[in-house]
Amino acid sequence: MTTSDKWRNPLRDARDKRLPRIAGPSALVIFGVTGDLSRKKLMPAIYDLANRGLLPPGFGLVGFARRDWADQDFMQVVHDAVKEHARTPFNEHVWSQLAEGIRFVQGTFDDDQSFDNLASCLAALDAERGTGGNHAFYLSIPPGAFPTVVNQLKRAGLAQTQADQWRRVVIEKPFGHDLKSAKELNRTVNEVFPEESVFRIDHYLGKETVQNILALRFANQLYEPIWNSNYVDHVQITMAEDIGLGGRAGYYDGIGATRDVIQNHLLQLLALIAMEEPVSFKPSDLRAEKVKILSATRPAQPFEETTARGQYTGGWQGGQKVPGLLEEGGFSPESKTETFGAITCEVNTRRWAGVPFYLRTGKRLGRRVTEVAVVFKRAPHLPFDDTATEELGQNALVVRVQPDEGVTIRFGSKVPGNTMEVRDVTMDFGYGHSFTESSPEAYERLLLDVLLGEPSLFPKNDEVELSWEILDPILDFWARKDEPALEKYKAGTWGPPSADAMTARTGRHWRRP
Amino acid sequence: MIIDLPSTTTSQINSRLVRLRDEGGATTLGRVLTLVIVTEDGQRTDAAIDAANDASREHPCRVIVVARGARQAAPRLDAQIRVGGDAGASEVVVLRLYGELAKEGASCVMPLLLPDTPVVAWWPFDAPVSPSKDPIGQLAQRRITDAAAEKNPIKALEARKAHYAPGDTDLAWTRLTLWRAMLAASLDLPPYEKITEAEVTGEADSPSTDLLAAWLTDRLKVPAKRYKATSGEGIVQVRLDRASGAVDLHRPDGKVGTLSQPGQPSRRVALQRRSVRDCLAEELRRLDPDEVYAAALKSLSKVSKGRAPAPAPEPAAESGNGKAAAAVKKSKAKASS
Repeated sequence: MTTSDKWRNPLRDARDKRLPRIAGPSALVIFGVTGDLSRKKLMPAIYDLANRGLLPPGFGLVGFARRDWADQDFMQVVHDAVKEHARTPFNEHVWSQLAEGIRFVQGTFDDDQSFDNLASCLAALDAERGTGGNHAFYLSIPPGAFPTVVNQLKRAGLAQTQADQWRRVVIEKPFGHDLKSAKELNRTVNEVFPEESVFRIDHYLGKETVQNILALRFANQLYEPIWNSNYVDHVQITMAEDIGLGGRAGYYDGIGATRDVIQNHLLQLLALIAMEEPVSFKPSDLRAEKVKILSATRPAQPFEETTARGQYTGGWQGGQKVPGLLEEGGFSPESKTETFGAITCEVNTRRWAGVPFYLRTGKRLGRRVTEVAVVFKRAPHLPFDDTATEELGQNALVVRVQPDEGVTIRFGSKVPGNTMEVRDVTMDFGYGHSFTESSPEAYERLLLDVLLGEPSLFPKNDEVELSWEILDPILDFWARKDEPALEKYKAGTWGPPSADAMTARTGRHWRRP
Repeated sequence: MIIDLPSTTTSQINSRLVRLRDEGGATTLGRVLTLVIVTEDGQRTDAAIDAANDASREHPCRVIVVARGARQAAPRLDAQIRVGGDAGASEVVVLRLYGELAKEGASCVMPLLLPDTPVVAWWPFDAPVSPSKDPIGQLAQRRITDAAAEKNPIKALEARKAHYAPGDTDLAWTRLTLWRAMLAASLDLPPYEKITEAEVTGEADSPSTDLLAAWLTDRLKVPAKRYKATSGEGIVQVRLDRASGAVDLHRPDGKVGTLSQPGQPSRRVALQRRSVRDCLAEELRRLDPDEVYAAALKSLSKVSKGRAPAPAPEPAAESGNGKAAAAVKKSKAKASS
């Protein structure tokens, strides 16, 4: 008999690339299981994992919510969610295996009895299904409820482990609403769960294209030599959504686009684009580089000129009449919440000095798109007539994160004909053309990583705190400044005029994604 | 769209492909590999093309089918191009070769290979004795055979072993992945004890069963026994003995397995037999030599064969003439693990 750290599994071999890593025996508890995210993303992802043979034979799934459901009712909900949203085809055998481990615990967060019930439910699962005392708690609940739930878990003895067991807690954004609250949240959670067992889900980091940024940069010789301020003019990171905020007032009012998206997704993208090469792809090395680059990042001043914010008004968008934010149900008619936010960052390192990073996000914009565009400087000398290069723009490399995942390179090419005329063309790599039709959903990858205890795709507390340090000055400035008032923009456009002004002041302009 | 080019040459095929691309958009852009399927001309060719089309949804490729027709006929090349809805995410070129040309498949394949991308050769039915020395096999980085689809699967596996070259692989090995993953995962958990013996039970003519036993003896460095099953399909049972009790994975019905370990409740596992489509997609996922497969092949001779399964669930009654019994079952069962 050997211990777990000395044991080398003889059936595993680094050269054996076919063997997937299957999660060990474990149970996943979802709080807030009746929510949209749980139905549309989490449950289908769990089924897809099972269907791909990546879940352990004795997997347990426990739902916790206020509804008065029996196990069967919950099973039916999962069944319907899987049928409707799963990526892989429905297989009765896989489902019946999975269904055997599905349980439901009815209760509220402040009720001790409910958590005692949860504890006995998990103990029963350990005995019947052999989940081995390994439990992950997915908190798909408002952050205000975190302290209650975390302390309840502690009180019910669900946070303590014995040898060879693990407990992990998964939390979702927002990770606070400013530096102070983020620190407080981290403290609350860390009081019960040590940092290495806290997994903060940023589903963008689970996307193939985002992980491909690392491959593109560090597996190729082609890009690294030009990946610096000698060649790069500026970087634009855009996450645009065409939907509005109907029905999300409770979450969004008072939070706004900047806290909701820039703090986590866009600053993480910035870190991946700007960071130095990690010494290895070990989670700690990767994180060290991300932390370094985030700590060198500052918002560019003066904020009147380098930032923009706006709120959408009603109008016609894509053939539909849509309401403005103030008319959406649940929002106060005086709401000052911004639905569009744009900021300018500078990265104070030798590599990036003088290269602005423009970050923007918004609701009800022209179309749904997330992309990172690295825009290069113009060639210092063009041996052509002015008329020949009139239509030549700047070279650009665009990582399309969603939809239509891929990479585009834009460069000049001669127009066929007997005169010399150069015009922009694109070279395109589409994931859908070159690889799998359906790559795993981000949540599939991330949930599996949680069960395997593989933390590299999850931001840690210092990354979260550094992001708030970057944003806090801007948020304070916006909060202080009454004039000019929050700008309005029409639904279906690319944001308020101030967004264009913030790039135009240095002679640049936003790409139309 | 299906375009027939009777009695043609490869340069005519090529210019037709270029024209199709001009007219129809992005065919052949973003193709990641060329898959060459070698068959005898007949009905089964279409089944192989269908599997390739399905796999192409994961790996967009150009599929070249070399269908060898009657050797006595006059030499002739008939081609068929399939694109769009008739070709999945790939473009399929079917080459029907007659007469002397039937032996010269490589010369027709060469001009149609995509530039600078890997070439994979697949013999869905009968494979050459030494795939790496076959003219088409020599064009390819990776050569996929299927012992289970041959007339004598166990003999075919022996031939694979004798003529192995890096880049060879066999679907009998691919069919094992789920089993291997499940067994490896069971040893990730306590008790962390050395395995003392391995036993694998499966159909008499299931090459995957032999390979699994060989892999276990190679990795675990313990004796492995291979038993003939009296019921069930493909692989039926694996038992890994150790001091505190055996790990046992039993699949009586070809669909659902039961994993039992001492000290833990026995658990059911979905272990359905894999389709050729699945296996092919997995094969195309990696294009480097599979050293683990090579090591397993090498260990085939270390596996000792037994007649009756050790924990005999049913009375053992393997009919004496294994070959005849195998031929009967072949059509339905053994093509999956």
